Amino acid sequence: MYTLIKDTLLSQVRTLWMVFLKIFTKADTVEYPDVQPYMFPRWRGRIILSRDPDGEERCVACNLCAVACPVDCIALQKAETEDGRWYPEFFRINFSRCIMCGFCEEACPTNAIQLTPDFEMAEYARQDMVWEKEDLLIDGTGKYHDYNYYRVAGKQIAGKDKGEALNEAPPVDVRSLLP
Amino acid sequence: MAKIVVDGLEYEVDSDNNLLQECLSQGLDLPYFCWHPCMGSVGACRQCAVKQYRDADDKDGLLVMACMTPASDGAIISIEDEQARDMRERVIESLMISHPHDCPVCEEGGECHLQDMTLMSGHNYRRYDKKKRTHRNQYLGPFINHEMNRCITCYRCVRYYDDYAGGTDLVAQASHHHTYFGRHEEGVLESEFSGNLVEVCPTGVFTDKAFSEHYARKWDLQSAPSVCTGCAVGCNTTPGERYGTLRRIVNRYNSEVNGYFLCDRGRFGFDYVNSDARLTTPVRQVNGVSTAIAESQWQALLEEFTSGEVIGIGSPRASNESNFALRCLVGDSHFYSGMSDSEHGATQLILELARDRAFHSPSIRDIERADAVLVLGEDLTNVAPRIALALRQSVRNKAKELAASCNIPRWQDAAVRELAQHERSPLALLSGYATRLEDVASDSLIDTPAVLANIGHAIAAKLSDKAPAPVALASDYSAAVSRIAEQLAKAQRPLIIAGTCAGDVALIRAAANIARALHASSGQVTDLCLVVPEVNSIGVGLLANKDNLLSAALEKMHSAAVKKVIVLENDLYRRAGHQVVTDALASVEHLLVVDQLPTATTAKAHTLLPTTAFSEHEATYVNYEGRAQLSFQVQRNQSSAMPAWRWFSDRRQGNVEAIVNRCAEEAKDFAKLDDLLPDVKQFVAGMKVPRQSHRYSGRTAMIANLNVHEPKQPVDDESVLAFSMEGIPSMKDATILGAAWAPSWNSNQAISKFQDEVNGELKQGHTGSLLIERTDPNASYFAVDKPAKKGKKGALQVAMAYQIFGSDELSARSHSIQKRMTDAYIGISPEDAEALGLVQGDSVSLNGNGDLATACIRSRIKPGTAAVYCGDNQINAHSIGESLLISKSAARSDDRGISGLIVSDLYEEGY
Repeated sequence: MYTLIKDTLLSQVRTLWMVFLKIFTKADTVEYPDVQPYMFPRWRGRIILSRDPDGEERCVACNLCAVACPVDCIALQKAETEDGRWYPEFFRINFSRCIMCGFCEEACPTNAIQLTPDFEMAEYARQDMVWEKEDLLIDGTGKYHDYNYYRVAGKQIAGKDKGEALNEAPPVDVRSLLP
Repeated sequence: MAKIVVDGLEYEVDSDNNLLQECLSQGLDLPYFCWHPCMGSVGACRQCAVKQYRDADDKDGLLVMACMTPASDGAIISIEDEQARDMRERVIESLMISHPHDCPVCEEGGECHLQDMTLMSGHNYRRYDKKKRTHRNQYLGPFINHEMNRCITCYRCVRYYDDYAGGTDLVAQASHHHTYFGRHEEGVLESEFSGNLVEVCPTGVFTDKAFSEHYARKWDLQSAPSVCTGCAVGCNTTPGERYGTLRRIVNRYNSEVNGYFLCDRGRFGFDYVNSDARLTTPVRQVNGVSTAIAESQWQALLEEFTSGEVIGIGSPRASNESNFALRCLVGDSHFYSGMSDSEHGATQLILELARDRAFHSPSIRDIERADAVLVLGEDLTNVAPRIALALRQSVRNKAKELAASCNIPRWQDAAVRELAQHERSPLALLSGYATRLEDVASDSLIDTPAVLANIGHAIAAKLSDKAPAPVALASDYSAAVSRIAEQLAKAQRPLIIAGTCAGDVALIRAAANIARALHASSGQVTDLCLVVPEVNSIGVGLLANKDNLLSAALEKMHSAAVKKVIVLENDLYRRAGHQVVTDALASVEHLLVVDQLPTATTAKAHTLLPTTAFSEHEATYVNYEGRAQLSFQVQRNQSSAMPAWRWFSDRRQGNVEAIVNRCAEEAKDFAKLDDLLPDVKQFVAGMKVPRQSHRYSGRTAMIANLNVHEPKQPVDDESVLAFSMEGIPSMKDATILGAAWAPSWNSNQAISKFQDEVNGELKQGHTGSLLIERTDPNASYFAVDKPAKKGKKGALQVAMAYQIFGSDELSARSHSIQKRMTDAYIGISPEDAEALGLVQGDSVSLNGNGDLATACIRSRIKPGTAAVYCGDNQINAHSIGESLLISKSAARSDDRGISGLIVSDLYEEGY
């Protein structure tokens, strides 16, 4: 008899008590969109193309994001400036296909493509979900502030001669006999 | 055969080769850099280290370089051994200490042998904390980019460029870790085969400059097996397309034809396909005003040409299918080859000789095996470049012979070269002017075609008593004649080369006489290589009637005997005199021209139909040896252009397969053409072969700017290939192999996975089918031609000259080729130049008829003769005649000049 009361009646009383206690805790639900939720910096939302600390486009059109993309929603074409810098002639993301997996960001060797905490991307027309470079490119460095690919890579560009990249010795004089 | 044990497994290998080559032949993964299947071993990079054991009891073993160790019977090695792996990892780590961290902006990225090998060896992070050595780059011309920082000093580039291709201007400089590969000073790479550096370099030091201007990664290129249309050799290529334009051409291995290498015309001369000038819609042209023809009327277009007498002029640059369809439309007797009279005659003579049992048409691989060669009149570097490269290998047979006598294995490249020094197999060149092969020639005689033919007959007479005696010959040639005859007689595998480009059939006859004399004395079938200028010269020669000369067709047109004419992909102004063609075309009532690009002939057309370029249709071509090869469609043409054969037949019906089958059934000599068609039944569950790689990117974004709703993948009913990624991967079935790729092998070195052994045939591939059967019993010797009459006093005897960049009609429309093209020039001797008061680069008037050419004074031209290069038809070759009067004239303002001309004997140094 005692066990019957313990298993049924007491259990129900305990449940009622716990529900009662919840009246005094703060609500988790926020009144979106009147109240904006806190988004973590590493949330995988809308994709942007960032610039390096010098204000130049970071993307070098290497195509690694496009090839890493599991839904193949990134298309771009490489072009080259007079001084040898690579950049995308066009850079297109079809957000109606994008699954926000972040593989593109992981693949990017220059920290150019980054996912941001912005998730408010709904459109009435699906065509409007196709974003071009002008829509993607931001003015800042995004999440990674210091990295400048061309300061590390050995390719010569305007303002950075051969031998001036990170850890580089001045160019060799091939006609010298010195060791 | 020998047995070796690799990691406990026994393999049967060829003991004449080294361990590395045999490991790769067995499909094992062993990293390497400096070794190349075509260039042997030098042991420079130390990357292919393996452990070799003395016997089964030996547990310690010894580290050896696989590429420098013979695959001798009983050898026990281990690739997976801990120490060997560690050694390979350390070696690549040291090779990488100065590598510049620029893969994302490197054109080689994604098809880089260095990337593959680094991954295979297991090296990850740069531990070396000192500075990276850097180098300045050089300008190397419009074809090749130079980025020396990426170099890992494997020496492959100079071994290819200097040792294999005979270049002189790319050298290794400086020493230790400063070693630099470049020219002594900036400038255009002179070799006609410089483009192969892109594929030979295991990393991104030498990259394709034209490709870089519209770059796409290898995995993003839609590609299919194709055949180069630049000359009559028919090298196998893999063109790549992206976003609707053709991006690049790379070599496609064919063991019999081109092997691993292409010439620069083939590699860089494709971009006319992307030209804005391409014809796109069918138009009617009346008094210079063109109006488009509506699609509903297309079918009615040709009905006018199905009745009455119609002349059909074919083309040596059009496919067999198009020429055959035209022949079906107009009938045998009204079908013309479209070649000039002299070329048609010469081609028919070549076909006659191609049926003779005494001779054999050598493939490129056969040419490389020849141990004594005689070239009569042809400037091979400029008319069939890949043959010239093969001849550079043939002269090395002497070195191989010497090596064999000293028990040095053939793959010991440095040792064999050191042993041979300057010993070469004989290569005798008889030509009108110095050619680019002179540096490896044993004899080089320069004279007019008539005298050269006579020298040929003299050689034949030395070889056999039955050969007709030559006309009296200048005594200074007699020593050379005896020497060449002796060399040919002694050779195991002599080879005679002649062709149509020298412009004199007497040379072909002389070549045939020499080959016949050799056949008579040795009893063996003799290699006789007869070169024609264009991709399908032989194919259209087989289809056209022997007696149908172009001049007769033009005469019929001029006299208005025939009022309706169809011209197939042919600019008649390149085939006959300017005035003759203009007169003939003016008398035609209805001229229908089918072509890809506007030409002088299309301007005269009443109806003009656009056709697809080589990469936009499936077609077969017949090369100089009579080898038919199938070229697949790479990209779709989005305009109204269709393959010419489709315009000529009911365009809604039939496909390539149908017309190839019909051609095989109906056309004489084409019986084996249908062997080329891939057997669809063998493919699993009717699956197609993908044109796109398994990692093709951007499919849902490429055209999303136009419409976000992706269209269905285009269906290709025409061929066994699909315009998509789906289908049988090439690792499962490589019957149709576009771009080679294998797991861990992203670069072109993956090809070893598809060969039955290194340098062998492709496992499932097709090397093409030889069409012409040798049925005729040995015919007789040709009679010796009477010497030609002397020309006017003061006139120069003419020999036609050609240029690899410019002589071919279509490739001359490509941007990068145009950067290397020169103006029409007239090559004359310093003596004649002095007499005429000409200096290098002067403008010269020819025969006073308004034709201008640049004077090009060359020290190796015989006084009294001139080598005329017509440029891209700037001068009409058919209006020059056999002798020429020249005088100085005022220069034109738009001259390109001849400053980019690469010849070995330009008179004034530093011009």
